Amino acid sequence: MSGFLEFQGVTKRFGHVLAVNDVSFSVKKGEFFSLLGPSGCGKTTLLRLIAGFEQPDEGRILLDGQDITRLPANKRSVNTVFQNYALFPHLSVYDNIAFGLRVARRPKDEIEREVAAMLRLVQMEDKADRFPNQISGGQKQRVAIARALVNKPRVLLLDEPLAALDLKLRQRMLLELDLIHDEVGITFLYVTHDQGEAMSLSDRIAVMHSGVCEQIASPAEVYEAPKTSFVASFIGDTNFFDGVVTSFPENNYCKLDINGFAEVVCYNDKQKAIGDRVNLSLRPEKFRVSVDPPPRQNPHMNVLRARVEDIIYSGNHTNYWVSVGARRVAVYQQHLGYLLDEKPIRWGDDVWLYWDADTGYMLDDYAPIDESLLPPKAPGGAASANPFTSGREDGAAK
Amino acid sequence: MTKKLREALVTSPSFIWLTLFFAIPSLIVLAFTFHGHTANGGVGEWSLSTWRELVDPDYPVIVWKTIRISAEVTAWCILLALPCAYAIARMKTKWRAIVAGAIMLPFWTNFVVRVFAWKTMLHPDGWLQHCYFAFLQFRAWCFEWLPPSVRGFCVWSGLASPTPPDPASSTILDSETAVVLVSVYTLLPFAIMPLYTAAEKFDFSLMEAARDLGAKSFYAFRKVFIPGIRQGLVSAFLMVFIPAIGSYVIPQMLGGTNCVLIGNKIFMRAIQNRNIPHASALATLMAVSVFLPLGCALWWRRHQAARDKREVEVRAARLMLGGTK
Ligand SMILES: Nc1ncnc2c1ncn2[C@@H]1O[C@H](COP(=O)(O)OP(=O)(O)O)[C@@H](O)[C@H]1O
Ligand SMILES: [Mg+2]
Repeated sequence: MSGFLEFQGVTKRFGHVLAVNDVSFSVKKGEFFSLLGPSGCGKTTLLRLIAGFEQPDEGRILLDGQDITRLPANKRSVNTVFQNYALFPHLSVYDNIAFGLRVARRPKDEIEREVAAMLRLVQMEDKADRFPNQISGGQKQRVAIARALVNKPRVLLLDEPLAALDLKLRQRMLLELDLIHDEVGITFLYVTHDQGEAMSLSDRIAVMHSGVCEQIASPAEVYEAPKTSFVASFIGDTNFFDGVVTSFPENNYCKLDINGFAEVVCYNDKQKAIGDRVNLSLRPEKFRVSVDPPPRQNPHMNVLRARVEDIIYSGNHTNYWVSVGARRVAVYQQHLGYLLDEKPIRWGDDVWLYWDADTGYMLDDYAPIDESLLPPKAPGGAASANPFTSGREDGAAK
Repeated sequence: MTKKLREALVTSPSFIWLTLFFAIPSLIVLAFTFHGHTANGGVGEWSLSTWRELVDPDYPVIVWKTIRISAEVTAWCILLALPCAYAIARMKTKWRAIVAGAIMLPFWTNFVVRVFAWKTMLHPDGWLQHCYFAFLQFRAWCFEWLPPSVRGFCVWSGLASPTPPDPASSTILDSETAVVLVSVYTLLPFAIMPLYTAAEKFDFSLMEAARDLGAKSFYAFRKVFIPGIRQGLVSAFLMVFIPAIGSYVIPQMLGGTNCVLIGNKIFMRAIQNRNIPHASALATLMAVSVFLPLGCALWWRRHQAARDKREVEVRAARLMLGGTK
């Protein structure tokens, strides 16, 4: 199976820094594909390899079956929306957008038509004669997109296009990007360190970490079935547990002994044997806490007693930090009913903590959880210690 | 304190400076031209005699030659300085300082000494003489191939001579070429520095953007880099062109009788003939000859820009109408 844009074992070094390490993936035609990862993980380098500003040390890049690895940047039918926009300051909005068409020596009336269409697409018709220093950040963003799209590239590369915008504008541009992608039907390769952007726009996401592609999957899959502990903790929040398989109570389920925590049932579709060590990721929103015992019991329901240590109310949901023995667990709970009707949970309360075995996710391969690997996550506004950190320390302390 | 007053206070030092050391001396020079001169080198009575004496058929030729040679020198300097400035701006920070320092190094040697050194290098037995003669032959050969109308223009403007070079009389010393060569050598740092300063501020990711949009390197250089360092180009032009217009040491020492420029004439009138009003009139003539065309060109540019702006507005209006369709 070969994709539209294909990376085959691409490696790029800067001196001793391995910026991109043996990356292979393929992007389908018309897809909205995101590269997601923390700053410095090699996303920009990867994009520059496609654009032709850098040459890989190893590997090949194919575009529509053609090897473009050694093709100079100006000969590639891909266009970039740069992180800082890189609009030409001496040219008006109109001339910025027309630049690529003029380079290609297209006829005058065609240039006029195409640029007008682009200005309409990005809603900048009335700013055509402004200069880049006379328009706002969001408008520069649109011009940068129009300037790239007007050339009808086979792949549009976007390098953190929204990073410089404020929150409100970012949300609006996010929507517009989605609309533009639907309208032009061009393959988008979108680089971002913001998981929210990647999750809401992409058909598929490649999660990168120090030059390595850790997982390539749909947003839901990346969230629900992370391949590595890095992916699990970078995308959303999670509780990590380090356990040992003790038994298989039924097909597709196993029991784990989690040190300092409890014995829990867990869904298991992996090749595991008794005595294997595993990493279990439990998303905070998959837990339920209540003062009353859970309504019905089933064999896949894990039910534990816990003590509430911290409560952060945020309107549509509440974050709890609860402790089970020595472990702290993060729980995000939606208010399904009217909050005031529910039995209130207070600090120091002994509560029931329960979750379905199906909602946890066992990572493919066991690795002792390395904290330096994980992005730091401060609990939302709480001054207390990070529950993830303390949880992991216990797990690794064994 | 009102805004106006504050502005006046802020700008007053440079204003006073310009008045004292530019405006007043210029006016004095202008005033001198309306005086006669006395036998002992003083300034005489009010009269128009100086301007009447200025009607010498030699002067327009010399003014034109000065402008042409200065333009040649400026063109060469900017042409050579552009790639230098580009290269230095692309170097690592450490190297930039070293190379910029190296460019300034010749200034530690006295200017006249350097010109004397050139005099030695341009000796008729030197290798530069051979290069020069080869160049003359090449130019004559090229001249043969030009269409008659262009040939006529080249001869008229002094860019080429209609007769083939003669080995006996074609020495590089005491030639126009020597003056241009050494002027370029002397003034090159003044072109490199402003261009380098501008290039250092230039955002080179714009070059990548241009290449990304399909432009070849040279196209990007022309259409993005050059406009991006426009301020530097203007400074470089002024820094080279103005000293070149006023130069007299180099033509005096290396140009002989073949390259007498306005600077030499002014020097001759002021120091040898002790005719200050005449020298002042020549200086005024030169200044007018340079600034009149420059002013016209600037006015024309502004006029064009206003027209372009109107065109853009019309286009924008059309776009908006198209958009509401
Ligand atoms: N031109 C370069 N020279 C040296 N190192 C570089 C260069 N470009 C990037 N790097 C290094 O490569 C790594 C990846 O950088 P980058 O691709 O910019 O990351 P990201 O865009 O994901 O933040 C970083 O460690 C960075 O320091
Ligand atoms: Mg980056």
